[in-house]
Amino acid sequence: MDAKKINKLFEEELVVINMGLDVFGDNLKKEQVKVLSMNWKPPAGGNKKLISFLEKLER
Amino acid sequence: MKPKIEAANQEAATRILKARPTLVDIATAGEAIPGMKKNMILHAGPPVSWERMCGPMRGAVIGGLLLEGLAKGREDAEALAASGDILFEPCHHHSAVGPMAGVVTWSMPVWVLENKAFGNRAYCTLNEGLGKVLRYGAFSQEVISRLKWMGEDLAPILREALSKHGEIDMKTMIAQALQMGDEGHNRNRAGTSLFIRELAPALVLLDRDRERIAEVFAFIHGNDHFFLNLTMPSCKCTVDPAANIQGSSVIVTMARNGTEFGIRVSGLGDRWFTGPASRVEGLYFPGYSDEDAAPDIGDSVITETAGIGGFAMAAAPAIVKFVGGAPKDAIHFTKQMYEITVTENDVYQIPMLDFRGTPTAIDLIKVVETGILPAVNTGIAHKEPGVGMVGAGLVRPPEKCFRDALAAFVEKYAD
Repeated sequence: MDAKKINKLFEEELVVINMGLDVFGDNLKKEQVKVLSMNWKPPAGGNKKLISFLEKLER
Repeated sequence: MKPKIEAANQEAATRILKARPTLVDIATAGEAIPGMKKNMILHAGPPVSWERMCGPMRGAVIGGLLLEGLAKGREDAEALAASGDILFEPCHHHSAVGPMAGVVTWSMPVWVLENKAFGNRAYCTLNEGLGKVLRYGAFSQEVISRLKWMGEDLAPILREALSKHGEIDMKTMIAQALQMGDEGHNRNRAGTSLFIRELAPALVLLDRDRERIAEVFAFIHGNDHFFLNLTMPSCKCTVDPAANIQGSSVIVTMARNGTEFGIRVSGLGDRWFTGPASRVEGLYFPGYSDEDAAPDIGDSVITETAGIGGFAMAAAPAIVKFVGGAPKDAIHFTKQMYEITVTENDVYQIPMLDFRGTPTAIDLIKVVETGILPAVNTGIAHKEPGVGMVGAGLVRPPEKCFRDALAAFVEKYAD
């Protein structure tokens, strides 16, 4: 993508898709930027024991 | 390890898809169910003793003992149930399934289903209707009289008609019902209609009293859940061949006894993993509220295990009038279930989703990884014995049984 196109992008209204924790988008929301948060949760809800089980089965 | 699990899960899913559930007969439980005994009572869910049974299951046991003439009244039945002379075993240990309390006794008539692809059979009682019925824990004279009529009139008449008609391909009929707005668990209006339409020509040709035959038609017509007790054993005989596949994390049993929710996993044999039965979120009949409700109960979650029921809710948007929520919720539930399943059914399809196949073969690993629990449609029983049905709703199983099963799976299979 050339610089012209990139600059044009910044002239347009910013619409952000947030993939990850909701807090990633919070600062942008405070700046009145439209943020659409993807329905995302860490694997096994972040439970370390369950994550270790899942990793053992991934091998 | 991962490729081996994936291959085993594909095998389990393939067996489920290949199934050809077929209605072949009606017989009594004593005649048909393997290992059935006169002093045995089969019940829904994982194993449970009389002491730990919830109210509606106790009520159904009392009714079963009254029906069999083994007890003269409630106190007599309770004493007998507690005496140790009655054997309590899960339906699932006998190739059977039972809705709600799931109580099956020796003389009760059962549908006999055969999976023509694998030769295994499954059994389920005939549906009594809604309200004051045994499976919801009611055992009044009205309930016992209806059960006697079902054994003496309904079942023999249907058996004779089925014999005249010949075996019925349930897979095709369930597929049609899904396209007519059923999901096969809590909405069975289309299936019930299709079934009676199929059997009607044989019924009217029976050399029997016409009033009796008309009573059979009227009974089935008056009970939109009649077909449930056919979808359930159809699903049971569909899923059973997927059990005991080495390395498979596909869930082959989900069932509740009103005290606990239990699952069994293909690669972990006959072992149950349980957690406390959940509260049901739903709609209540006039005069009842969630304070009256027993926790989640019944083997009918075999429908979700096979990929219909709550997993096919998008096929049945009208069901939300019965279980609560909005039609968009029905679509959402089905879409979410694709995240925790291995495959999509090639016969059971959902018109609303461009005829996409229903999400089929629940993968234990995906359930734990995503935190998405299976969506289950269900009825709600009163918590006390003797009352009956008070509503219907939606429920999610307890996470504990899936976590415990994963721990056991890792212990058995991880390098």
